[in-house]
Amino acid sequence: MTDTAPPQQVTSGWRLAVRSFAQNRLAVAGVGIIVLLILFCFAGPLLYVTEQVAVDPVNSLLPPGGDYPLGTDAQGFDVLGRIMRGGQASLQIGLFAALIATAIGTLYGTIAGLIGGVVDGIMMRLVDTLLSIPFLFIVLIAATQFSSTVLSLSLILGAFSWLGPARLVRAEVLSLRSRGFVAAATVMGATKPRIIVRHLIPNALGVVIVNITFQVADAIIAVSLLGFLGFGLNYPDVEWGTQLSDGVSHLFEGAWWLIYPVGGCLVLVVMAFNFVGDALRDSIDVRLRRR
Amino acid sequence: MAARTEGVPVVPGDVLTVEGLSTSIRLRKSAVDVVKGVDLRLRPGETLGLVGESGSGKSMTGLSIMGLLPPGGHIAAGSIKLDGRELVGLPERQYQKVRGNEIAMVFQDPMTSLNPTKTIGEQVAEPIRLHLGATPKQARERALDMLALVGIARPAERMGNYPHQLSGGLRQRVMIAMALSCEPKVLIADEPTTALDVTVQAQVLRLLHDLKDRLGMAMLLITHDMGVIARWADRVSVMYAGGMVESATTDRLFAGMRHPYTQALLACTPRLTQRRESALFSIPGSPPDLEHPPAGCRFAARCAHATDRCEREAPALTEPAPGHTLACWHPVEGPLEPAARPVEAAPKAADDQAGPVLVADGLVKEYGTGRLSLRRSARAVNAVSGVSFAVRPGQTFGLVGESGCGKSTLARMIVALEKPTSGSVTALGGALGELRGRDLRRHRRNLQMMFQDSLDALDPRMRVGAILREPFEAQGIGTAAEQLAAIRELLDEVGLPHSALERYPHEFSGGQRQRIALARALALNPRVIVADEPVSALDVSVRSQVLNLMKRLQATHDLTYVVISHDLTVVRYIADIVGVMYLGKLVEVGSADDVYLRAVHPYTAGLIAAIPEPDPGAAEPAGGLDIGSELPSPLDPPSGCRFRTRCPRAQARCAEEEPVLLGFGPGHSAACHFPLREPQPAVPAG
Repeated sequence: MTDTAPPQQVTSGWRLAVRSFAQNRLAVAGVGIIVLLILFCFAGPLLYVTEQVAVDPVNSLLPPGGDYPLGTDAQGFDVLGRIMRGGQASLQIGLFAALIATAIGTLYGTIAGLIGGVVDGIMMRLVDTLLSIPFLFIVLIAATQFSSTVLSLSLILGAFSWLGPARLVRAEVLSLRSRGFVAAATVMGATKPRIIVRHLIPNALGVVIVNITFQVADAIIAVSLLGFLGFGLNYPDVEWGTQLSDGVSHLFEGAWWLIYPVGGCLVLVVMAFNFVGDALRDSIDVRLRRR
Repeated sequence: MAARTEGVPVVPGDVLTVEGLSTSIRLRKSAVDVVKGVDLRLRPGETLGLVGESGSGKSMTGLSIMGLLPPGGHIAAGSIKLDGRELVGLPERQYQKVRGNEIAMVFQDPMTSLNPTKTIGEQVAEPIRLHLGATPKQARERALDMLALVGIARPAERMGNYPHQLSGGLRQRVMIAMALSCEPKVLIADEPTTALDVTVQAQVLRLLHDLKDRLGMAMLLITHDMGVIARWADRVSVMYAGGMVESATTDRLFAGMRHPYTQALLACTPRLTQRRESALFSIPGSPPDLEHPPAGCRFAARCAHATDRCEREAPALTEPAPGHTLACWHPVEGPLEPAARPVEAAPKAADDQAGPVLVADGLVKEYGTGRLSLRRSARAVNAVSGVSFAVRPGQTFGLVGESGCGKSTLARMIVALEKPTSGSVTALGGALGELRGRDLRRHRRNLQMMFQDSLDALDPRMRVGAILREPFEAQGIGTAAEQLAAIRELLDEVGLPHSALERYPHEFSGGQRQRIALARALALNPRVIVADEPVSALDVSVRSQVLNLMKRLQATHDLTYVVISHDLTVVRYIADIVGVMYLGKLVEVGSADDVYLRAVHPYTAGLIAAIPEPDPGAAEPAGGLDIGSELPSPLDPPSGCRFRTRCPRAQARCAEEEPVLLGFGPGHSAACHFPLREPQPAVPAG
């Protein structure tokens, strides 16, 4: 009468997730790129000290070589050092904005999905309304109202990009609510809070975590866009978008070193976060795991 | 299989010859031989049944012949000859000319196999235009003929319909029309009726059989159902774990099978004549993992006759009698004698004196079509419309009916997952509708549920240990140590090793998961367990394991069951009292013997007649009770007796007056104006 049990030995769930993640080469490459870029931006300036506050008109627009591995820009700042400094701001804003957006969106989506009915209808119509207003338009207006610091840019971006996560989490909660294991928990007499804590949150968490990585990538692009349009951080602070915008104005002078290195970093980091997100999505799904 | 490289001689007249077919599928790291050394021969006008459990490679054999293997799949060895022409290795362009033209296939699920964005007329006409080069007008005319041929009424009107506008049975007819539109030489029917109700199944199989005869095709009928094989196949090949284990004519195979697997498969198929006292035969264990196939006979681990030799050496196919091939070292002789089956301790007789433990009184459930809907008249769907019954302690109440008749909604109301629109459920003296919050949660202890889809009912992120601990935690019972002790005891009871605690649900087979679900339902020591299709998702061999377990636990725990199933044989085996539901209403209630042997409602009789018995000699069901057409929409149920639209005995009165339940004997009642027997007015109903 007894079925034979699977003969393998027990492995912890997290180790399995890590193993499945590690099997995805693109994901490992993505993590590697992110770690290297963080080290480059935050630890780099400690090893490679450059002047990034006082302008140096004598040494402006020097091509790469000599004392300046990536040349200098119009103000005479060392480009390599400038990318590190800009990267700090871009990565920080990306991460903060993503966390803010995900926190608001998850809370909002969960409430809408759990309560359902009329409340859900009103809450989601509000999301639809906000989504119909062009994102850039609002952010630009907001950016003109506040001084541009890392914190204020993060808040602005975060406050306007929670709509996607809210929809996603609501849909997930709705589908989880109708699952058999929730019905089973109800039948065994579990309270609502217990079902939320033990079943809904752990099962929706995967979607949320995966979403954070994509949100980071989106926020980095968004903040670069703001910077490119001239609504970036105030001097002497800089982020990659402002750098690109400065570079474009000297494009016809052949100053390619103002565009390609910083643009490459931007593409690389966004790609890396997307790789990681894709792999997380696969590895977090328990059912896709193999022993 | 090395000894068989010479292959079967190609007998002239065979339309399809498959020799030593091996198909493998590449996985991320390994390759799995899903089909290994399969030989088949098909003559025109013949039906070959290919039977086996899920994962036995029967569908892959069909797909190999069609050249439609999934990504990563390829034919590793062997040949497939159609009229002497080799199909293995045929370039895709030429295969396209064969597929749908000379070999056609009917798939299991007609909803996913039909294109939802095209009308059925276009879809039936498509192969005709592709293969016969017909003009659109000719193709349309031919499509019309085909739809008429497969028995679709008013085909000209139906041509313009989309698949979602048709019922499951009609969709399968459209699939058959598509498959037959080019008059193929070979038709492969892969579980053509598994997704359909038993009443529709019988019709579709008859249609396939008649069309095969009329067009002189050969048919490969792939199924897991021994009953379907017995009635419709001329010859049978039995597959297990990718290999062919036995093949013979249907009569010979059922009367004188030699392979222990065939014997066991037939023995564990529940029958209407099943004696409830004796346990269902079951095959221990589950099929081998084909990623790591055993060295010897693949069935050895589950075989009662296995010896050391079976585990070392794989038996080759031999031919002990002409036309009867077999791969076994220790063949058996004929089917298992019923007497040889294990007899379980007789279940305790239900206590007739005790009051009912569960009472459903006038249950009604209507689903509105949305309050915020902008449409003026939001019509309500009547899922359940007035069902009353009572179950005594220790009894099993079986509820049968076709899909869409409201069985599952009824189950959810009994365990208070849904609130009835009107009516009440009283369990162990407590009216569920009046209990609130804490009281209701405490009361739920006594009333547990088993779900159909065990993968859905077990939280995929929880280990089995946490899943089984949850009922105790939810009810605040015991310390952690006491809970663990109780959990270990539960695992022992359902026959799972303690190592299961650390594993996730997806790592278990369907049968094992259903055991986990049963253990969880038992954890709170309930008095009543409601089981919604507890074994529908399982293979026959595993199904009987779970059914036997449920029966044993009922005796040891003094449980009362409400078992819901569309499968009448399952209910026959497990239930004391049977209720037959039709479109939200109970049409007949009685003891299992009353309902199955002395049915009075034409619907019940029709349902029973539609079940294929796993016995080729079984008499064809009486023709008078064909209740062919399908369930009317619950949005708009027929007036009077709801069954009248399908009833062969319906008269004018049935449309005007709704029948009430009348007594036909002690505890046996049915709602019909023209029952198969006269009611006994002396005995009160119910």
